[in-house]
Parts: sequence; C-alpha cells; structure tokens
Amino acid sequence: MVNEVCLRTLDLERPWLMEQYQSRGGYEVLKQVLTEKRAPEAIIEEVKKSGLRGRGGAGFPTGLKWSFISRNAPGQKYVVCNSDEGEPGTFKDRDILRYNPHQLIEGMILAGYAIGATRGYNYIRGEFWEPYERFEQALQEAREAGFLGDNLLGSGFDFDLHTHLGGGAYICGEETALLESIEGKKGQPRYKPPFPAHFGLYGRPTIINNTESLASIPMILEKGGEWFADIGVKNSGGSKLFSISGNINNPGVFEIPMGTPFSELLEMAGGMKDGRKIKAVIPGGSSAPVIPGEQMMDLNMDYDSIAGAGSMLGSGAVIVLDDTNCMVKTLERMSYFYHEESCGQCTPCREGTGWLYRVVHRIESGQGRQEDLDLLDDVADKISGKTICALGDAAALPVQGMLRHYRDEFQYHIDHQRCMVGAG
Amino acid sequence: MTVTVKDKTELFSPQICAEIDRWIAKYPAEWKQSAVMGALMIVQDENGGWLTTELMDRVADYLDMPPIAVYEVATFYSMYELKPVGKHKICVCTNVSCMTNKSDLIVEHLEKKLGISFGEVTEDGRFSMKEVECLGACGGAPMMQIGKQYYENLTPEIVDAILEGLE
Repeated sequence: MVNEVCLRTLDLERPWLMEQYQSRGGYEVLKQVLTEKRAPEAIIEEVKKSGLRGRGGAGFPTGLKWSFISRNAPGQKYVVCNSDEGEPGTFKDRDILRYNPHQLIEGMILAGYAIGATRGYNYIRGEFWEPYERFEQALQEAREAGFLGDNLLGSGFDFDLHTHLGGGAYICGEETALLESIEGKKGQPRYKPPFPAHFGLYGRPTIINNTESLASIPMILEKGGEWFADIGVKNSGGSKLFSISGNINNPGVFEIPMGTPFSELLEMAGGMKDGRKIKAVIPGGSSAPVIPGEQMMDLNMDYDSIAGAGSMLGSGAVIVLDDTNCMVKTLERMSYFYHEESCGQCTPCREGTGWLYRVVHRIESGQGRQEDLDLLDDVADKISGKTICALGDAAALPVQGMLRHYRDEFQYHIDHQRCMVGAG
Repeated sequence: MTVTVKDKTELFSPQICAEIDRWIAKYPAEWKQSAVMGALMIVQDENGGWLTTELMDRVADYLDMPPIAVYEVATFYSMYELKPVGKHKICVCTNVSCMTNKSDLIVEHLEKKLGISFGEVTEDGRFSMKEVECLGACGGAPMMQIGKQYYENLTPEIVDAILEGLE
C-alpha cells in the first residue's frame, strides 16, 4: 500500500485543487463531524488509537499532545502547523503543501474542533514560495466553500487559518522557537515547562503539529484509528512519508507502511546509483546517528527497529551514501550546519557546535591531532542534554554516531593527513 | 531613534502599505509585531533585495516596534540581506545530499562563469552568490534557488541555460 494517506491525490491531474481533493472524498469527514456534532473527546480518542506519532521528528504521540489542552479553558486557543521543514534530507512536507494542501487544511480544522481552537497558523519556511502559493490558493478555495470562517456549514463552529512565512532559520522548526517567530521575534526556543498546551502562541493554549501529522488526521477520522494503526506495526502506527536522497537512482518521497524493510524502500528508490556499494545510511534526517549500510539492509523503517540500531527514525529523511563518500567530510558538513544554525542562546550549543566543526574541519584538512577523537567525544558529551532545546543534541548525535561506526576512518585521517576513501 | 510619525501612510507607497496591512490583518490586533517578518520581506523585495537601516526604522514605525526589535529579526534570519545583493541572488545548497551529488561542481562552475564567490556581487550588479543550508529539495540534488524559484537536478549545462533565461 502506497500513497494511501497524505498523498492520496497524487495520481490525479492538478491534485492540489479543491475539486480533485473532493473527488477522493476530501472534506467529507469534516462535514460529518460538524453535522453530527461529534464529541471532541471521541476525536482525540480516535487519534490516540491510531498510534500517530509526531512526524516532524520527535515522534511524540499526537493524540496525547492534544489531550494536554484544557478544552474548556476560556479564551483563545490556537492550532499551529509546523511546515518549517529544514532538517537536512527532509523534503516530504513540501510535497504535501504542493500536492495535497486541502488535506492539511481539513486536518487543521478538525484539530481546531477537537481542542476548541478557532484560529490556526501554518508556519511555512520562507524559501518554500511555490508551496506557499499553493497553500494560499487552497485557503482561498476553502474559504469560498465555507470550510473556513464563521459558523462552518451552519455548525456554530468558527475556524480561520492563516499562513506565516519564515525567514530562513532551521531553529524555527523547534516548536517554541516557531511560536516566538510568529510573534515577530528572533526564533529562540523557550524554556519548558510551561509547555505550549498551557502557554503557547501569544501566551494562549496551543497545539503544534507537523504538516504530515495534521494531514493524516482526515483519513484517521474517516477510516478509524484502528485502520490507520493497522497499516503500520506495533508502536509505529500508520504509513509514513519517507524522503530518500543521496547516491540513489530515483530519489523522492514515498508514502509506505511503517515497518517496511529498508531494502524495499531502497528498491523503490531505484537502488544504488552506478551500481556502487552502499556504505552508510542516515535514517532520519542529519541529526540521526549514521548506520552502516550492511546493518541498515536488515532494518525496518519504524521507530523501534531504527532505535534498536542506535539511531532514530526522526522525520523519515533517509540519506543513502555509497562507498565513495568520506565520513570525515560528511561529518564536517553536518557539523558546519549545526554551528551555523545554533541560535546562540545556550552556551554549550553556541560554543560547542563551533568546537565540533573546527575539530572535524582540522581532521578533514589533514591537521588532526591524536587527542582530537577523545576531544570530539568530550565536547559532544558536554552539549548533550545541557541546552534548552534539542538542537544541541542534534549536533552531538551525528558526531557520536560517526565515531561509533567510523572511528578508524577518522583515525586514518589523523595518522596519514589524508583520506582513506579514494574520493577524498 | 524612533521618529514620531503622524501619518503612517507616508512611510511607504500605498501599494507597500496595503501589502503590509494584509499581513497585519492575519494576527490579533494587539500583535502587529507578528507582521514584521512579512513586512521586512516586502520592503526588501521592493528595495532590490536588501534592507537599509532606514527601511528597518520605517518598518519599526509602521508596526509600532522599537527599531532594535526589528534589527534583531533582520539579523537573525538568513533570508534578510543587510548589504546589496545581485538582481539575481543565486542560493546554492551544499548540505549533505547536495554535496554527495556534486554541488561543489555547481559552485565551481558558477564561480568561474560569474567571477565571484559566495557573498559577492558581480560588477554589473546582475548576480550574487550565497551558500545556503538545506532547502528541503534533496530529491532534486544538487539544487539552487534564484529569487523565489527552485532549480533542481543541476548540471553545469543546466545552470548555463537557467542563467541565460534570466532577464
């Protein structure tokens, strides 16, 4: 089963149009919920049953997150969608926004109904101009059809939705940095607690979910939580969009059941380019520790299987590297990224990411010192768990993963001032 | 320094004011500041792709913000430019998926063709180059963005054709 949930309109011509979405049953479940006045608690229960976990990377159960909101608390509440897709290797939400924006809109309205929020924002990264225009066009269509605005379809429920455009900052994918950004500030993460469910956007109760999570909601409510859960495997309900890139023949986005063997995903992606040997896989965006290719061939694409190999499923961004890649150079580029994107708020991350990059850079440049590998271990350890948000951990994890599996390659660079891979 | 402005509509052209007002309308009335990112982008586009201090001050006045709060935003996010850029700002991704698909060849080709490196502008002001982090199009690596447009699956030949097609 492929493209059954978020990409269910993908085979249609101009699938982003309202009429196309509706030809696949789009907005039917919203109509049902509103006319039956379905109990919000029942909706949250169904989402819990589905086993849907946050598709942005953290994997937190979506239904549980929703249940943290005090539904009957007076005053404004918000639904916020995180379309600030920026974890290197991830390009799935872009396709939802481009090809099935209405399903995201329907999911956000349903989420609003479930938590008692009447207003939503979709935070789209500023570089995503084409997806932004598609989404705006879909909002317009939805407003005209009476799916957004006051008293939706005569139900008495109001919901309106707007887009906020980012300005180029990876950190804004962190949910509280994203809220700060909507408030017109630098995107620096907030201390938690309080969590957004209690103190979110403009200080009001807020849920923030990833694009793919919210776009999964209409199908979960249409076909039932159990149906969704059964697509996947234990602890990993549903299907998932995997964005696979690197040294492969047919990179792209594939929506497949959780638990699908990696080897099958690689086959769908056309296999290795030029018949090269698979060397390593970064299974869940660049923060996910690397897994050697041979080991990866025996793993499945679900939370537990990947976690069992010491890494994480993350955003479902799979970067496949062949045997021409130098792991030192790969890590150097990743470490540069986290250094560049650290917001500068916490000392261990602001300074530590600089240390990580500079040390890996000197090893790559043939000026590594014998003590450098221990130094990298030490710096990574001193960042982990000591910062307000997860960017610090995200910078430390790839370093730890690379040293765990490819320490000999780093050592070779230090000993010989050059690369052991021909390409280096 | 905040200039006291009697009439905000004097700060920008009617068209720019209307565009900024569209952003303001998306947020609660007491949160005009939320429109700062949209406003900076509009003003930057109008000014050939970069922001002057004077323009940032005007945005501050328009949104009733302290100028420093606007500078904080403009310096934090990578898409705001604080010095002149080319008419066509070429943003090349060099992150892992692009790197392993030879983004370095694209960078070299552009450098040779345009005679500039990252952070520089051609003498005629037509082009500037910028190294960017993952733009979320790794399936089309190597890729670049010029203006609002993504260009994917690049080769030096494709880059040539793209540049020739620009005004």
